[in-house]
Amino acid sequence: MPADQHDHDHNHEHEHEHEHEHDRSQDHHHGHDHDGHDRHDEHEHDSSVLVRPSGEDPHTLRATPPHVHRDTLEPLGRETRRALRVGIGGPVGSGKTALVAALCRTLNPELAIAVVTNDIYTTEDADFLLRNGVLPSERITAVETGACPHTAIRDDISTNLEAIEELEQKLPPLDLVLVESGGDNLTATFSRGLIHRQIFVIDVAGGDKVPRKGGPGVSTSDLLVINKIDLAPMVHADLAVMDRDAKAKRGDLPVLFTSLTEDPTAATVTAWIREKLAEHQR
Amino acid sequence: MGTVQTGTPMADLTGLPALMQLADGRFPTGGHAHSGGFEAAAQREGINDLPAMEEFLIGRLRTTGLVAAAFTAAACQYFHQAMAADQGASLLDRLAPLGRELDARTPSPVLRTVSRRLGRQLIRTGRVVWPHQGLDRLASVPGQGVHQPVGLGAVAAAAGQPPAHAAVAAAQESIAGPATAAVRLLGLDPFAVNAVVARLGAEVVRVASEATGPADGPASALPASAGYLLDVSAEFHATWEVRLFAS
Amino acid sequence: MRAHAKLGVRLRPGAQDTPRSHVSRLRSHGPLVLRPTGERLPGWLSRWGADPVDGVTVRLAAGAAGPLGGDHWRLDVEVGDGAALQLGAVSASLVLPGAHAARSLSETTISVGADAMLVWSPAAQIAAAGCRHAGLSRIDLAPGARLCAREEVVIGRYGEEPGDFAQRLRVTRSGEALYDQELAVGAASAGWNSPAVVADRKALGSIVVVDPATTNLDLFTAAVSPDVPDTAVMRLAPDAVLITSLAPDMISLRHRLSTTFAGFAATR
Ligand SMILES: Nc1nc2c(ncn2[C@@H]2O[C@H](COP(=O)(O)OP(=O)(O)OP(=O)(O)O)[C@@H](O)[C@H]2O)c(=O)[nH]1
Ligand SMILES: [Mg+2]
Repeated sequence: MPADQHDHDHNHEHEHEHEHEHDRSQDHHHGHDHDGHDRHDEHEHDSSVLVRPSGEDPHTLRATPPHVHRDTLEPLGRETRRALRVGIGGPVGSGKTALVAALCRTLNPELAIAVVTNDIYTTEDADFLLRNGVLPSERITAVETGACPHTAIRDDISTNLEAIEELEQKLPPLDLVLVESGGDNLTATFSRGLIHRQIFVIDVAGGDKVPRKGGPGVSTSDLLVINKIDLAPMVHADLAVMDRDAKAKRGDLPVLFTSLTEDPTAATVTAWIREKLAEHQR
Repeated sequence: MGTVQTGTPMADLTGLPALMQLADGRFPTGGHAHSGGFEAAAQREGINDLPAMEEFLIGRLRTTGLVAAAFTAAACQYFHQAMAADQGASLLDRLAPLGRELDARTPSPVLRTVSRRLGRQLIRTGRVVWPHQGLDRLASVPGQGVHQPVGLGAVAAAAGQPPAHAAVAAAQESIAGPATAAVRLLGLDPFAVNAVVARLGAEVVRVASEATGPADGPASALPASAGYLLDVSAEFHATWEVRLFAS
Repeated sequence: MRAHAKLGVRLRPGAQDTPRSHVSRLRSHGPLVLRPTGERLPGWLSRWGADPVDGVTVRLAAGAAGPLGGDHWRLDVEVGDGAALQLGAVSASLVLPGAHAARSLSETTISVGADAMLVWSPAAQIAAAGCRHAGLSRIDLAPGARLCAREEVVIGRYGEEPGDFAQRLRVTRSGEALYDQELAVGAASAGWNSPAVVADRKALGSIVVVDPATTNLDLFTAAVSPDVPDTAVMRLAPDAVLITSLAPDMISLRHRLSTTFAGFAATR
């Protein structure tokens, strides 16, 4: 509509107030107000269905995939420190998720377990655990890390702390919380503010020089797991060299060699966890 | 703790280290996992260079940034007032309207959840860094906790900041987060990205002072500037199967 | 110019003692002309138990054009307890600049009584180049009230940049905020055309639906759909939903909004 059509005098106040009775039925005598009309009586002003608004409902995240970190309606601030928190870190593909799955399978019958995964950009680890049915879905929380798992497990642990505390509140009492870091570099270790114990998982396929190279994960983790020993002959990895180098870097800290394909119960790691849990609960 | 620093330049300097710490992107409150809508915008709107990033930052600063700064300033102000009035006994009551008004200004359920999560995480960190009984009260809020701006305003107050400083921290944060995400997502030159953020400093101050103005008044009078695409994109982003950032 | 129009709708006993909505007050003023049209209510209102002929339908004919720089328009509307009103507009309104770059302001204040229902659908506002306009719609709902409010803005006429235009919609329940968002475009609002706000979309629409029968709102299925771009259905509260849509033009905006609304509008 062009501006020049707007030509009436704006100073001329043209007021005609009429406070009148203006009944709808006087306007239209179409007879709709009689019985023949298709009324939906069952809906009419049905005050029995009135629901008072009550703040945020748990469905507010319905646009988000099902196992993304959700909110609970629990009060905050309850500090539960009972569960042993074990961090599991290590380079990409070394077998961290396989280890988590093994631990859950073996320990689930005797312990109350929950898992927090820290993926780089998907919920793949959580999906794997769910698909394999090692734990029910309410026991697994995927934390999104902004592409930096090492930040989420070491420099800024707030989201992981939230996730753990939510699990502890939702599923009391928990004995064990496993926190898996997304595969990251050799320097990625867990903050002591987040976990009690950490396991660093490397594999023989990454080459037998990894322990010699060291890094905080190899040198200072509470347990070093050298996985995929079934592949050692194929990749010409010398396990004795790895053992010697690891001991040199780690002193008395334990080292375990595993093949999760050959021992899906991860018996030796499970035994170590049981021992740490006993110490923790003392 | 809890007194407003005003007046002399020395008083301002006293609060400065805490303010810098609070506004530092590495302050551990979970923000690193969020891109402030940048990941969604970059993909959906094809942002791939500095000028487009700068436009996004200005748009965000003037909409949700302004709202966040206003609510942060108000929360900071209400926190100081509650401490002065009754040692914080009325704190939760005073802050409650801010939560409701922020809900009304955050139509995306995804972003409401993100905001409350970040708010909780702020309080969690703040209680350890600047211990204060007001923050303890906030940590016991039933439900999903306080919104991010309310948490930021409260933590700023506990760290002795006046509302205007809290507003600057909020306004700055509204662009610094997405700028960091731009470096990670697009591989933009980090020096150049920081130069953009520095150039926007004057705008940050303008937004912060506009935000601090109404901090004395009722929550309903605070700005309601909307970033419509931020909301819609956040809802789409939440359905992506693969994403680097939580929001 | 200043104009202040008023509209009141009440429930009153009608034929056979069935209470009916009727216009209890109608005050047009200057360019703000309120016109009861006697239209049938939209069919989907039967979801709310509304008889299509039992609500009041009024349209606002705001002169030949929308507000002009210097204008200050007010419209106050009261929907009494249990009454039903559909309030629309005769045509889209073009918001134009006035002399001396004066600002224009239009304020609409609506209160909806207990168990009453309001369909608020003012036609699109077109923010023309050079305008300096602020619009504020405030809708307050009493307990049990139902609302469908639909606002649309065209951001500049074809090929033109908009003037400084702001439009705020605030919906409250018994005074407590439910939805409060303001669109601001034009040179005075830096970054308005960025990917954070509207990024070259020329049309923006919002529909707020409040329905105490919360299961009705579940009919808005997905929050987003790949078939309806730039559009999201967002739950504001258990009993309130917002649809926000952006589009390159008014025609596609209407299409996006009605596609998204369709699940709710389909009557059983
Ligand atoms: N041969 C062999 N393969 C293994 C062993 N443990 C794990 N794998 C395989 O190695 C691959 C990677 O294992 P994951 O458990 O996903 O490794 P991850 O460390 O969790 O990987 P990211 O989370 O991506 O860093 C999978 O295909 C496993 O089946 C093992 O002991 N031997
Ligand atoms: Mg893994």
